[in-house]
Amino acid sequence: MDNTGQINDKDKKPEGSTHKIGIYLWIWGLLFVLSFFSYLVDWYQFQGMLRWSLILFFMFLKAGLIMAFFMHLFWERYALVNVLLWPMTAIACFIFLMVAEFEYTLFTRVFYFFVGGGA
Amino acid sequence: MSDPKIDGFELKPGFKGMASDTGSDQTMFKGVHWGKAMMWIFLLSDTFVFSCFLIAYMKGRGSTPVEWPNPSEVFALEAFGVPVPLLLIALMTFVLITSSGTMALAVKYGYERNRKMCGWLVLATAIGGLTFVGMQAYEWSKLIHEGVRPWANPFGAAQFGSFFFMITGFHGTHVSIGVIFLFIYAYKVFAGHYESGKRGWFTTMKGDYVEIEILGLYWHFVDLVWVFIFAFFYLW
Repeated sequence: MDNTGQINDKDKKPEGSTHKIGIYLWIWGLLFVLSFFSYLVDWYQFQGMLRWSLILFFMFLKAGLIMAFFMHLFWERYALVNVLLWPMTAIACFIFLMVAEFEYTLFTRVFYFFVGGGA
Repeated sequence: MSDPKIDGFELKPGFKGMASDTGSDQTMFKGVHWGKAMMWIFLLSDTFVFSCFLIAYMKGRGSTPVEWPNPSEVFALEAFGVPVPLLLIALMTFVLITSSGTMALAVKYGYERNRKMCGWLVLATAIGGLTFVGMQAYEWSKLIHEGVRPWANPFGAAQFGSFFFMITGFHGTHVSIGVIFLFIYAYKVFAGHYESGKRGWFTTMKGDYVEIEILGLYWHFVDLVWVFIFAFFYLW
């Protein structure tokens, strides 16, 4: 679990020891607070860009905390971290492709439903 | 915890370390138990499965000219006679985060070879997961009673039902499988399989507390997927 080769690094512990319980409790507490905040986004019925950006902000923070500390990626060697994180770029590309696609689909649907496609 | 010391090989930090690890003509993931590496690869493939579901949902919701049902109202629950938006979903989120935290602590105590603490925490995680599945079953039956079907629903765009059942169903399946394994591993910890070195699953290799970390990776992943479902399906 612990990373070697970086033992001199202050944040990282020497091998053989586990992480202090404090770090887990902190992350745990933060996850509760962030979840509560993202629930508040709905509670106060924020709309539009404010709503979407807040949702994404809290989502990425939570996901990052879980992966970095609960799943120990922060302490793993880069060989593993990069193998795991780079394929996500493919997903990001796919998302952009499909955004373009749904906009086109919506456009054609609206066009033919309301304007009509008759020759 | 696996031994990251490799004879005749110097472990460098950062990207240089990545380059030398990858090109070392040896095992690439230095100091990572094979089971852990395999679990990560599995989770990566699972990420793609869930991404495809969520991207399909994005495309379906974005391309329909019919009004999408307001999740804030669809998933509202009466509490003391007042409809509270997303009440059950919020509770499910907190239950899952709680179980994620107990799992993280179980891994820590496992590596400290604190058998009792580790076992109780894995058991607590399993019970948290079971609670989550129970709440999801309640949510499903409530929506089915209200007439939500994969092909139609009384609230708006027909695609809502199919995406809802597909995405939450697939996630719920993951949670259920996780709960089964959590109970099995709670037994294995309490029975002292990792002290006696009893062999693990489908292998002749000796069992070790690293198995609890591997199980933990799966469980945190389930929580991670819920973070995205919560954001995109329930809040958006």
